[in-house]
Amino acid sequence: MREILRRLGGATPATVRIMVLLAISVATMLIDHRTQQLEGLRNILQTAVYPVMFISTLPREVIRGISGSMESSSELKTDNESLRQENLLLHSRLEKLHSLEADNLRLKRLLGQSDQIAERVLLAELVEVSLEPYTQKISLNKGSRDGVYVGQPVINGDGVVGQVVHTSQFQSTVTLLTDPGSAVPVMVIRNGLRSVLFGTGVRNKLSLPYLTADADIRIGDVLISSGMGGRFPTGYPVATVTEIKQEPSDEFLTINTLPVTQLDHGREVLLIWPEIAKEKIVPLQQEIVDE
Amino acid sequence: MNSLPVLLSFLLALMLTSLPLPEGAVIYRPEWLLLVLIYWTMAIPERVGIFTGWLLGLTLDVMYGSLLGQNAMTFALVAYLVGILHLRVRMFPLWQQSFMVLILIIIHLALNAWVRGITGQFSIVWTYWMPALTSSLVWPFLFILLRDLGRQRISR
Repeated sequence: MREILRRLGGATPATVRIMVLLAISVATMLIDHRTQQLEGLRNILQTAVYPVMFISTLPREVIRGISGSMESSSELKTDNESLRQENLLLHSRLEKLHSLEADNLRLKRLLGQSDQIAERVLLAELVEVSLEPYTQKISLNKGSRDGVYVGQPVINGDGVVGQVVHTSQFQSTVTLLTDPGSAVPVMVIRNGLRSVLFGTGVRNKLSLPYLTADADIRIGDVLISSGMGGRFPTGYPVATVTEIKQEPSDEFLTINTLPVTQLDHGREVLLIWPEIAKEKIVPLQQEIVDE
Repeated sequence: MNSLPVLLSFLLALMLTSLPLPEGAVIYRPEWLLLVLIYWTMAIPERVGIFTGWLLGLTLDVMYGSLLGQNAMTFALVAYLVGILHLRVRMFPLWQQSFMVLILIIIHLALNAWVRGITGQFSIVWTYWMPALTSSLVWPFLFILLRDLGRQRISR
């Protein structure tokens, strides 16, 4: 190893060294692009550069802290009051939801479906560091130390935000829905029509490319996560349809949608651990076989 | 020559790179890390070069969340080019050096865009090239700053 480092460090001609390093770079890029095998290495390296990233967020934090402490007490009081009212409202709705959930579970059990109900959540805060320019990514202050894993869904109060792509010990990187590399299985809440929603790279625009002209979809339709693929749990709002176009030359409709979450606002998001309900539900087929 | 100013300047460049900027200012951010690498490769090519560049690029990949090896490749390549040219470039007046920096950063950005185009959907907008311009504009100041930093160490 030391011999290799010495050689790369200057013992061999520059042309040879650049060739070797370029080859290594291309190899790591290929592996990183095609597989998940370098995530462990990335985790370690990212943890190592964490101090640098931490220090560079400090100026912002200080400014935020100062402006936060200058908020007047009357402002805080009105804030508090409105939050209390909202809390009360949400509580009453939650009561209703509990009975609905029990009903739903009973009905689904009758149909022999399993359901994802138990979900563990963790509040995470946005870390303001710059990531690769012209990508739609954010950084969070929770990492693999807190149990965050690659592929984990991220939501906020309004709906789906994105999913975790890299983790380090203390931080994680999230690809937003609007990133060109992002895809979410969705369904139309009105009629259960399923499709896949893709990011466009443009903020506040998602596209739904694989629906044909006879699909029952309208402007204003709300899309929720369908739970297909097993990555995003079922039932979280994702986007609303804003534009439907039919090009004569194209078999498919051009559908643009608006994400329900304001991805560039807000500092807090929720990391969720979807878990299948503890009670295993026996599928219908199995019962038949047993008989 | 002590290696402290070199390390310190790289660390500072890393911080400037990850420093959050207001919306709209981000696209003008110079490629601090690459600029500092170009300077030291020019000034002390026997100490800082291709391998240092590769490591710095890898650090940037980790920080940015880009593909591992993406910036490592471009940084190593830029360091290699500077290594070939350094004897000539050191004699250039500052504005000519700035021009060379412009070309080098464009190469870096173009390779980055190329990799991103291959591995995902990526369309270039014209502001993507902005860092090349701002980098070449800050180059003279950075050059003088780092030169003085290096000299101070020697004279001690």
